[in-house]
Amino acid sequence: MEVLLFGISKELMGQQVLSLPEHQKIATVLELKQWILNQYPEMGTLYSFAIAVDQEYADDETPITENQEIALIPPVSGG
Amino acid sequence: MKKILLVNQIDLSEMYSWLQDPEAGGINLFIGNVRNHAQEKAVVKLEFEGYKPMAMKEMEKLAAEAMEKWPIKKLLMVHALGSKQIGEPVVVIGTATAHRKDAFEASRFLIDELKNKVPIWKKEYFADQTVWVNAHP
Repeated sequence: MEVLLFGISKELMGQQVLSLPEHQKIATVLELKQWILNQYPEMGTLYSFAIAVDQEYADDETPITENQEIALIPPVSGG
Repeated sequence: MKKILLVNQIDLSEMYSWLQDPEAGGINLFIGNVRNHAQEKAVVKLEFEGYKPMAMKEMEKLAAEAMEKWPIKKLLMVHALGSKQIGEPVVVIGTATAHRKDAFEASRFLIDELKNKVPIWKKEYFADQTVWVNAHP
């Protein structure tokens, strides 16, 4: 599973795209958030972050699979 | 009619021309510019990054919502990405309506919601450091 990174999360995690280990089983947005916070504790210093699935904000219960476009959305600051 | 764009450079006269409508007595054009200071420090420049396809979708949704709430003849949402110098426009919200009240209200809604939801990120460059805006408590 791959996760697109933007803004500060690219810097905190030191990569453009996060690739999860192949054996790693992730079924929901919540599981992905927890995995990220475990592997990259510095992500816990952010206000919060959201996960987008196929370019839509997704809530914690949303199921995810590798075939979807998954992105990590740190706090937005446009305008 | 609506127009939503992510661009490198904003041409304000082009934006204003597009908003003209014979039925619109009120045109509200909000322009967000790069300010020369933040947290009482001098800003050198800003850099904007966007998750482009999702940013376009989120702006489309907000535009559709605004067009349901207010009788809008023309609606414009434009955000610039990339490096921006002091004084440059970075975001433009334009609404053309029959009467001014609707144009003011709709523009306010659109810029406030854009700042809340659209996946675009701003990095401030100071002389001695860089900061991703809003990231940390």
